[in-house]
Amino acid sequence: MSAFGPERLAALVQPDRVHRTVYTDPALFDLEMERLFGRAWLVLGHESQVKSPGDYFTTRMGREPVVVVRESPQKVVVLINRCAHRGTMVCAEGRGNAERFVCPYHGWSYDRAGALKAAPFADGYSKEVLAGLRLKAVPRVAVYRGFIFASLSSAGESLESFLGPAKASFDDFVDRAPGGVLEVAGGVFKHTYNGNWKLMLENHLDGAHPAWVHASSVAVARAAPEPGAPGQEHYYDIAVRQMRQNGAPETVWEATGMWTTPRGHGYMGDYHDDSRLVVGMGNPVFEEYRSALAKEHGPDKADQILRVTLWNTIVYPNCSFMSQFRQLRIIHPLAVDRSVVHTYSFRMPLAPERMFRDTIAFSNVVNGTASWVLTDDLEVYERIQRGFASGAVEWAQIGRGYGRDVQEPGGAARGGTGTSEIFIRAQMRAWLDYLNER
Amino acid sequence: MNVEQFLYHEARLLDTQQYEAWLELFTEDATYWVPLEKDQPDSLDTSSIIHDDRTLLDLRVKQARHPRAHARLPLARTVHQVSNVSFEEKTNGEVEAHSTLVLVEFRNEKQRTWGALVEHRLRRNGDSWKIAHKRVDLVNSEGELDGIAILF
Repeated sequence: MSAFGPERLAALVQPDRVHRTVYTDPALFDLEMERLFGRAWLVLGHESQVKSPGDYFTTRMGREPVVVVRESPQKVVVLINRCAHRGTMVCAEGRGNAERFVCPYHGWSYDRAGALKAAPFADGYSKEVLAGLRLKAVPRVAVYRGFIFASLSSAGESLESFLGPAKASFDDFVDRAPGGVLEVAGGVFKHTYNGNWKLMLENHLDGAHPAWVHASSVAVARAAPEPGAPGQEHYYDIAVRQMRQNGAPETVWEATGMWTTPRGHGYMGDYHDDSRLVVGMGNPVFEEYRSALAKEHGPDKADQILRVTLWNTIVYPNCSFMSQFRQLRIIHPLAVDRSVVHTYSFRMPLAPERMFRDTIAFSNVVNGTASWVLTDDLEVYERIQRGFASGAVEWAQIGRGYGRDVQEPGGAARGGTGTSEIFIRAQMRAWLDYLNER
Repeated sequence: MNVEQFLYHEARLLDTQQYEAWLELFTEDATYWVPLEKDQPDSLDTSSIIHDDRTLLDLRVKQARHPRAHARLPLARTVHQVSNVSFEEKTNGEVEAHSTLVLVEFRNEKQRTWGALVEHRLRRNGDSWKIAHKRVDLVNSEGELDGIAILF
């Protein structure tokens, strides 16, 4: 029986403020792993990481080490990476292709679906016991437009229902790729910080923070040489543009669209449909890409796809992505005050090859472990965690724009302005729902 | 200045936080590269922990001096221990030097140790050198890392 009944949880998460212990209490972290990461659909990766039967990669679902495996051309399975015999992690961390997963301890071997196929000295066990042993399969796996999701809970809503209006963000991501084809490529950054996992998700849609957190990178980028005209770009242009963007005036952030869903997802947009940030517009490589899309969809639809109407998207509780430069981050909580974020870039195999260079340049400036931008975010997450360790002040405020949220058709709610903290309120409401569900 | 002395000079500029003077060691067309992956063959189609041209490297130095560079206030104190230096002259007149780096970093009660294989491509500049290319292969580049706000 948990010490955290509905009344106690409701006292910690109020409509416009959150108790600091939500970020610091190890007992609440345990409860999050059980009821939130143990129930919600989690983003695990992309089908391009497991193209052929036997392809696999390891990752985590909350505390569970898992292996994502292409069992057959039609089916992806997710297995708990733990031998049924003595608990050994069967599959070394990483990726590869395997016909069988063989435990390094005593050689128990499992097929791609996790069934136990052989165990040395099997005669020593009763047949009934052995028949009940296997690599435990994660009960629910589903794919939305190439993105692999799984849930540790056998019961619960469908992936479609979980995503709700946030499906549009994935559509935006995939539709930008000619043929709708994307593949993970270009390396994975893994950045860590001494702070709670929620801090990252509460930061990615926060239009009020860049002017402060990123003041130094905004300032140096403003003093940098001007980006080149189309066709005459410099290597540094994407980095400089992106750093400058964080210094957009308050009016821009206020005018940004900010939407949330009942499950705590959120996305921002609307403010980038000026051509300035469609990097490459007018550039020959970009125009080749644009015409590939136009050939596929017709010119009007192609330009509609290319308009940047959705920017960062949060898929609660473990993912954040942005489609224009094809970046996706998965956050893994390690402890109440320790988190790791794995960041992925996506290539469009049917677009001009050089398009990917913009993605890589963007990845380096935004997600790079030594980035001008990210390092200041990580510093602030750690300072928040240290601040929350203080018991002298109990509450954190999430009430900016409270009372001005607008319900929209389809189940989304929109912030009164772009800097509304509606996205944090939505995350915390989803948090309460997961932790309260019986 | 011989190659070894030059590499020690470079390390001392970093360890005494003379970043502007350090930047002057680089040619205008220089690249500074800390790959993300082991044996990473390219810097344009694979992400890098740092991949800077001279313009971006200049921004890195300027950010270190900005009064609101949160991750750089205070600047980390470092010791760059450069050793195992070897070098050879290339046909284009540049010298390719290889060395190992052991770096101790301290900031805000956190101390970290880094190890790296380092490659410099050097061009003669009077009786000294300019760095045309520097590549730092960290032994833990593919690992899970806290933010990096130092120069290798």
